[in-house]
Amino acid sequence: METFLGLDYNLWWFLVFGAVISGYAILDGFDLGAGSLHLFLTKEQSRRIALNAIGPVWDGNEVWLVIGGGALFAGFPVAYAAIFSAFYVPFMVFLVGLIFRGVAIEFRSKEPGKLWRKTWDIVYCVASIIISLSLGLMLGNVAYGISLNERKEFDGDWLSFFNFFSIMVAITTLALFMMHGAIYLTMKTESRLYTKLYLLARQFIIFFVMSFVITTLYTLLYVPHLSDFFREHPSSFIVPILMVLAIANIPRLLKMGKYRYAFIFSSATIALLLIMVALEVFPYLLYSKGNPANSITVHNAAASPKTMKILLIIALIGTPLVATYTSFVFWTFKGKVKLDETSY
Amino acid sequence: MDVEILARIQFAFTIAFHYIYPPLSIGLGLLLVVFEGLYLKTGNKMYEQVTRFWIKIFALIFGIGVATGIIMEFEFGTNWATYSKYVGDIFGSALAAEGIFAFALESGFLGILIFGWNRVSSRVHFFSTIMVFLGSMFSAIWIVVANSWQQTPAGFHIVGTGMDARAEITDFWAMVFNPSSVQRLIHVWIAAFLAGIFLVLSVNAWYILKGKHLDIAKRSFKIALIAATAFSLLQLVAGHSSADVVYKHQPAKLAALEGHYDSMAVADMFLLGYVDQKNQKVTGIKIPGGLSFLTQFDFKKPVKGLNAFKPEERPTQVNTIFQFYHIMVGLGMFMIALTLYASWLSYRNKLFDKRWLMWIFVWAVLGPQIANQTGWFAAEMGRQPWVVYGLLKTSDALSKTVTANQVVFSLVMFTVVYLLLLVLFLYLLNKKIVHGPVDYGTKGDIEEGSKRDNPILDHTGQAPIAAH
Repeated sequence: METFLGLDYNLWWFLVFGAVISGYAILDGFDLGAGSLHLFLTKEQSRRIALNAIGPVWDGNEVWLVIGGGALFAGFPVAYAAIFSAFYVPFMVFLVGLIFRGVAIEFRSKEPGKLWRKTWDIVYCVASIIISLSLGLMLGNVAYGISLNERKEFDGDWLSFFNFFSIMVAITTLALFMMHGAIYLTMKTESRLYTKLYLLARQFIIFFVMSFVITTLYTLLYVPHLSDFFREHPSSFIVPILMVLAIANIPRLLKMGKYRYAFIFSSATIALLLIMVALEVFPYLLYSKGNPANSITVHNAAASPKTMKILLIIALIGTPLVATYTSFVFWTFKGKVKLDETSY
Repeated sequence: MDVEILARIQFAFTIAFHYIYPPLSIGLGLLLVVFEGLYLKTGNKMYEQVTRFWIKIFALIFGIGVATGIIMEFEFGTNWATYSKYVGDIFGSALAAEGIFAFALESGFLGILIFGWNRVSSRVHFFSTIMVFLGSMFSAIWIVVANSWQQTPAGFHIVGTGMDARAEITDFWAMVFNPSSVQRLIHVWIAAFLAGIFLVLSVNAWYILKGKHLDIAKRSFKIALIAATAFSLLQLVAGHSSADVVYKHQPAKLAALEGHYDSMAVADMFLLGYVDQKNQKVTGIKIPGGLSFLTQFDFKKPVKGLNAFKPEERPTQVNTIFQFYHIMVGLGMFMIALTLYASWLSYRNKLFDKRWLMWIFVWAVLGPQIANQTGWFAAEMGRQPWVVYGLLKTSDALSKTVTANQVVFSLVMFTVVYLLLLVLFLYLLNKKIVHGPVDYGTKGDIEEGSKRDNPILDHTGQAPIAAH
């Protein structure tokens, strides 16, 4: 096994993939959250501001999904093939949701008519909710495990995806994104709209904490393969503890008007949550329920060492580039939203 | 219908629909760089208006391109799981490179392009335009590399046997520069340029016919015409060298393109025709020995025909491939003739008097689009029955766990959604074109709400100044 800085290539790529997924969840997470709470905003003006808050960046954020898909395909082709063919139906729903989310944002502002705008507002909101839920449902099932045969192909019924654990993960994901989106919007808004979003953010925090607690209790009680790691390494409880502290800090920061810090803490919450999931599932990429020997792991799904090396080089060159121009774009559009002739 | 044909229909449908948009983005990107560069160089406000106008159209096209493109990346996994496992080691790195080097660049800077006019200096804005254009060009590189590897695999070895066999990379650069990637990339790039340029020609021809925005329209038309003429001619060279690669590396495909069966015979080149697959005969207008000449510079030399291949290892839909290929070539020739004639008239200052010619240009926007589609269909159908030429059959590449019902579900869903998208796209595109490259007013005008017909303003006429 070839190694780099003491870790083997497969583990490196697992970390890179995890980082990309976290990047996607943090970045598109606030777009999806803003979309999911869109209908809570009732005034035309507020809706426009909310849309323009994500306007210049949502496209760039969605790129992280494309990079994530490429990263999984390239580094763990067996997992890519198994996951997307198994989750055929929910994934198609997810993709159509993405289409509608994107075109709703683009099309809404193109006509002034009330009905036109109302229709796209609803499409935008519903699509964002569906994307978040289906993403969470798939993540839940990947962790919870699905039925795989000895060729590492799904051999169950897709209705089995709707188990209690995965449904709870789906709801938690939606709650998390709504919280994150509301906090992002507080950075971008002023006066009464700001106050409204502050109040919404507080409610979504409660919504998230409740669903998170239920999911965690259920995991500890009924999903041994996910909770074993924490039982065996009690010191790892530091991750969920840090996460709870990060969440607890958010309302305080918002109250003080430190919305940028609040957003950083909200992003940290997402990162810690995904680190927790990574610790729980590792080394599995797709757990085989019923027959764990058929599980897909970072070892048996990996591409050849040669490809892994190429990928790590691509990541080493690409990451600083993407980081540079992503920061440049965010810096260009920093601060409160001001509508002008180029706005949505 | 079985899963294979359904999955193929779905892939063909989703990729064909997607492929309307990226070539337009690449071609428009090129002209945006030209227009904005002229604005910076001359300071002429007219070029700024033109740039702003086409950026709005670019944004619309790009939006649908992204929405339909993400589907493609995941469709390999959803419908072609065996293929994904087989080529993942190779295909995946190209796809990952596409995401990180190309798509991230394009999407990141697009925000500045559209929303950044009042936020960054004009130089930074121009820089962003160049980055968006380069991003779209890089995208094409990685996608064409991946597809070319399927046509002419190189830089790999096969590991495992039977259903567990897969290709593993041995030489990254040999994979990237496989025998067909450079020629096909140039062919695709030029085709994309033409798609965007002909859209600009079409819109401006329509303005000229309607007597609208005449100054802007005539100047834009002339600039675009120079580019169109140059690239139409270059495409002849690029197309030929691409066909030459097919002759050398995919003889079965070449034979199918011209409906050539008998390996002992001299190969003709058809201008128009029909392949009678049963009797293995082509009827039509031909240049005798034309294909022999183009491939070997000798009208008398035979060319390997379809009969040299086992029936299960050669494409079956020969007539369809033949027709698609000839439509593409015919449209290429038409574009050369059209642009050369228009350039000659332009040189003699008579271009804009010929209304019939302007009408042809209005509709000629379809030319590159149809040529792009038929060209890709010929390339992909000509590779059949292989998904990776000579290595993996399409019928073996499917997802084993996906049922026909599931594919029917997604196919119906995509059909409905894409039709809706197409209608909306055409409606909004038309609206923007009708509105034209006119000034939307200054920032002050908009904030005061003094421009009532401004589509940016709220329907209430309320001035969008501060947040409430």
